Amino acid sequence: MSAVKMSGSRVRVAEFLFWLLAVAVMWGFPQYAALWTEIAILALFALSLDLILGYGGIVSLGHAAFFGFGAYAAGLFAIHVSPDPLLGLVVATAGAALLGLLSSVIVLRGSDLTRLMVTLAVGLILFELANRFSGLTGGADGLPGIFIDPIFGRFEFDLAGVTGGWYALIVLFLLFVVARRLTRSPFGVGLEAIRDNRLRATAIGIPVNQRLAAVYTIGAAFAGAAGALLTQTTGFASLDVLSFERSADVLLALVLGGTGYLYGGLVGAVIFVLMHDLLSAWTPHYWLFWMGFALVVIVLVGRERLYGGVAGALARLSPRRGGRG
Amino acid sequence: MTTTAQTPPAAGGAPVLQTRHLVKRFGGIVATNDVSLAVMPGARHALIGPNGAGKTTLVNQLTGVLAPTSGQIELEGADITRLPAHQRARRGLMRTFQINQLFNTLTPLETVALVISQRDGLGGRWWRALDRDAARRDEAAELLRSLHLGDVMDHDTAVLPYGKRRLLEIAVALAGKPRVLLLDEPMAGVPAGQSREILDTLAALPADVTVLLIEHDMDLVFRFATRMSVLVNGAMFAEGDPDEIARDERVKNVYLGRGHG
Repeated sequence: MSAVKMSGSRVRVAEFLFWLLAVAVMWGFPQYAALWTEIAILALFALSLDLILGYGGIVSLGHAAFFGFGAYAAGLFAIHVSPDPLLGLVVATAGAALLGLLSSVIVLRGSDLTRLMVTLAVGLILFELANRFSGLTGGADGLPGIFIDPIFGRFEFDLAGVTGGWYALIVLFLLFVVARRLTRSPFGVGLEAIRDNRLRATAIGIPVNQRLAAVYTIGAAFAGAAGALLTQTTGFASLDVLSFERSADVLLALVLGGTGYLYGGLVGAVIFVLMHDLLSAWTPHYWLFWMGFALVVIVLVGRERLYGGVAGALARLSPRRGGRG
Repeated sequence: MTTTAQTPPAAGGAPVLQTRHLVKRFGGIVATNDVSLAVMPGARHALIGPNGAGKTTLVNQLTGVLAPTSGQIELEGADITRLPAHQRARRGLMRTFQINQLFNTLTPLETVALVISQRDGLGGRWWRALDRDAARRDEAAELLRSLHLGDVMDHDTAVLPYGKRRLLEIAVALAGKPRVLLLDEPMAGVPAGQSREILDTLAALPADVTVLLIEHDMDLVFRFATRMSVLVNGAMFAEGDPDEIARDERVKNVYLGRGHG
């Protein structure tokens, strides 16, 4: 996916316009705040998956484990410790990071297929734990009525969800900036190197497993933050935050947008949520059919040709492609 | 002479890289059979042998890609037999591969700047952008220019012609400022028209870098090497300086005779 790797000032303009559009939409259509919030949260979740899949090269079918952990952690923290949203966000993120670090030890063992199974297993185990310990999590009933304090004591979470929308968008933006810096640092380029050629990465002195554990942990932290945002903006956490469908959805969204250039998760989240919204309004029972259909088309036709305008233009704008003509 | 594997070469000082009774078995096959090899400081040491002699298997054990069944490997006097591959690289043991092992989605400039960051212990830095690191970027560009890669250093590695990729393979290893450089058939597959740049590069390697060259191209070996080891069926068959090896009838029979007659 380096064809759409961002570099050059004109691409920076495109990036600026992307975020300007996000702000404009939030500003101009506050009546759809809930939808924008959903998009921002899925975008952050997909971004977190892109870090581990697009950069770490680890395919995960259980990424909801971290999302759900963050969601419950934020909910429980608000109920039992403090209703402060930022404190809750930090605690949930740190908790998910710790869980990521612990599970990276087993995820990084074995071949690609083993890893896939282990990520799936970790996700299922967490789901069943949340189901079993209903005294803590509310089980199938979920954690209702979570009250979150106003942000900085000033911006109250309103019923229309406008505050929540801005909150989610700003957190997404800040973590995106972190991810963007991360992927351009020696650490991030080293991850690309590992993904491209693990044998050579080792031969130039990169501690491959240590790096993959690090990016897996960071990905888990970001996913935890996304989960916390969901709990805090909806005031509710239920078992579906840990469900397999959520892991599958985020993978779908990321694949829709493309892996390995960070914007893929964001673009994919926009497409996924809007398609879900439009399709389920049009055909409530069969929207998943059309989603699957779209995915098949993308895979067969090729993302570059389909989104040819965007990806191709970015590729042409990038100066390093000039040599290829 | 030249028949026993155990005799260390006469040159002064302790070996930089040494194996003692190295054995590697794959099931019933003995790929490395009791190999004791000593590479002296600053040597241009060639490792030759017919196809299937176990040359690459030996290199893979030296660099930590494969674990030996028994025996020891020492780098500058320290036992590195069980050391992970990336830590051997950090100690200055760098290699090239017989089949190019490059980072296809990175440019040569990014690749070499990454190797330099890694060498300088900054590979784990996660905040400052690699392409903003002027010192390492400049060093990378200079190295690439000296290796005839200046004009393609901003292209994707995937689109480089084979000869350039072969040079980049060497550049990657050199960027790590190796103490010991293992070159696994650097001329493999290089068309005649593109071989000049690689030969120049090999001739210009810094004198203080110890080089172990694995090569099929006998012209190159005899031009380049000051010391030679011949591996046959996984075992050390002969050792000596190039003249001795050239005169050795047994070596001629098993190796030089074949395909060079």
